[in-house]
Amino acid sequence: MVRRALFLLGSGLALTAGAASRFPPPDFEGGHQLPVTTTPAPRELTLEYLDAAVLLATLALATWLVYRPRSRRGLAVLSVFSLAYFGFYRKGCVCAIGAVQNIALGLFDRSYAIPLTVLVFFLAPIVVALFFGRTFCAAVCPQGAIQDLVLVKPLKVPLWLEHGLGVIPFLFLGAGVIFAATGSAFLICRFDPFVPFFRLSGSLSLLTLGAAFLVAGMFIGRPYCRFFCPYGALLRLAALAAKWRVRVTPDVCTQCRLCEHACPFGAMRNPTPTGLALETPAVERKRLSWLLLLLPVLIAGGALAGYRLAPAAAQLHPTVALAEFHLANLKSPATFPPMTPEALSLERAAADPETLLASARVIRQRATLACWLLGGWVGLVILLKLVALSVRVTRTDFEPDRGACVACARCFISCPNERVRLGLPPEPGLAVAGPVPAAAGTGGA
Amino acid sequence: MNGHPAGSPCSRRQFLRGGARLLAVTGVGGLAGVLATRASAQTTRWQIDPAKCVRCGNCATKCVLKQSAVKCVHAFAMCGYCQLCTGYFEPEPNALTTAAENQLCPTNAIKRTYIEDPYYEYTIDEELCIGCAKCVEGCSRFGNGSLFLQIRHDRCVNCNECAIARNCPADAISRTPVGHPYRLKTEGH
Repeated sequence: MVRRALFLLGSGLALTAGAASRFPPPDFEGGHQLPVTTTPAPRELTLEYLDAAVLLATLALATWLVYRPRSRRGLAVLSVFSLAYFGFYRKGCVCAIGAVQNIALGLFDRSYAIPLTVLVFFLAPIVVALFFGRTFCAAVCPQGAIQDLVLVKPLKVPLWLEHGLGVIPFLFLGAGVIFAATGSAFLICRFDPFVPFFRLSGSLSLLTLGAAFLVAGMFIGRPYCRFFCPYGALLRLAALAAKWRVRVTPDVCTQCRLCEHACPFGAMRNPTPTGLALETPAVERKRLSWLLLLLPVLIAGGALAGYRLAPAAAQLHPTVALAEFHLANLKSPATFPPMTPEALSLERAAADPETLLASARVIRQRATLACWLLGGWVGLVILLKLVALSVRVTRTDFEPDRGACVACARCFISCPNERVRLGLPPEPGLAVAGPVPAAAGTGGA
Repeated sequence: MNGHPAGSPCSRRQFLRGGARLLAVTGVGGLAGVLATRASAQTTRWQIDPAKCVRCGNCATKCVLKQSAVKCVHAFAMCGYCQLCTGYFEPEPNALTTAAENQLCPTNAIKRTYIEDPYYEYTIDEELCIGCAKCVEGCSRFGNGSLFLQIRHDRCVNCNECAIARNCPADAISRTPVGHPYRLKTEGH
């Protein structure tokens, strides 16, 4: 080691000691060798590329399993692998969900270089979703896998609640991007409920949150994926434009309704009822135009709310928080015991208050603009959801919703045509395949 | 959708979907292009700048790992090998022995070895060290400052956002290139 050689060379000389060297390092008569300060190396770069390679391989395998052998069992095995590798071995970092923030920070902060692996983790699942749907969610994402594997008895979430809560991921995505872009906080990482499990350590509140999600996940399929995951929101959009889609039946839908309750994640959609009188186009057009008129109102309302929340949101940035703390302390001085973090931060603030306050002002302005945008985004998302709900969709078959389907392959086995394809007997306890909805829902698992 | 001949809505949907996909692929491709120019194979790791560190003790408690990835390290070349080490002993210790009541370290993580009269060597047992910086404070305030805190990369999980950095009163933690992941103190420091 260079340092060691330097020491041996310099040990004979009088040490040109700085102020710190109050006690000159000794000359050992017994020829004692100084130990070397160890520097354990970080993880090898090649291993990071291995992560990206494993991601691409599992992504390809999951897609193949969904489309070719249509194998739920294969996906379950792959889920276990993904959970073990990306979850417990890689400790949930790097993950595609959090990568959104690195991308946002990288776009706005030129000094931040995005690691190539993070770029791959962000892009690859989206590109795959643009062609095949959310196969990433099916068996590659460790957060999805852990929820998928704890599912015991899925209860049906009412469709209105499903749609209502389904807005949250988009809002979370907006907040995550905005706060990462302003350099304030990585919210998505901070509130990830499963990473503390992967690391087997974390704060009590986060572990409790994770446990709550897992317990809820036993009865509500994938609660985080459906109602919170911000990356899932992006994949949902991508899956809407997907070239190919996951279908329940390998052949033709016979409308037997056996798959009606087969989806534990609320993605199955029924065919449009034919008997009911449909609304006339005029009524629909009127509703749509009302909604579009509402657009500026919602966006402006959201933006205003964002503006109101901006001062609080800016506090998430450490610099702004310190500046606030400094100013508050100037106004009403409080005494903190020496050497506490509070006292030490005040000391730093008092050392150069002008620079601190100036940079806090800049960050605050940026945060205000960001909050305007975030508020507008909230309004836009809500409106688009309303529009999407009011647009008439005609379905002739039972089919999974393109965006909501996570391609878990659970519904396949409920389809009599699939059973014929696999050479299986009809579902046990079901003498004659026919429109018997009550007996459905036992497939999968 | 409304009032079109049968078959037509379907193909229009397909057209729209295809268009959206094309748009999305172009967008993602463009984004990838922009990002690729800024991306780098050189990833970063979090590290403490010992020159900025104020030894507040947050490192021991704020890390996401239950035993913090921050440990005390020793720049032996800077050490005075003092018998009365102010990083090892409590102020005004009862006796200069390894008895627990004399030690600053709450976890007995510093091993004190006799080398030759009057020199003692102090080494850190990283299994025991919790990164509380009590010894660092003692050594920096009254000694040579050869003890200092570093993030150990065999333990650090390299979070997207370092939880200690967020709480550091001195703003001493920042990203460093993976090629130089430590900021060690040296003699001239």
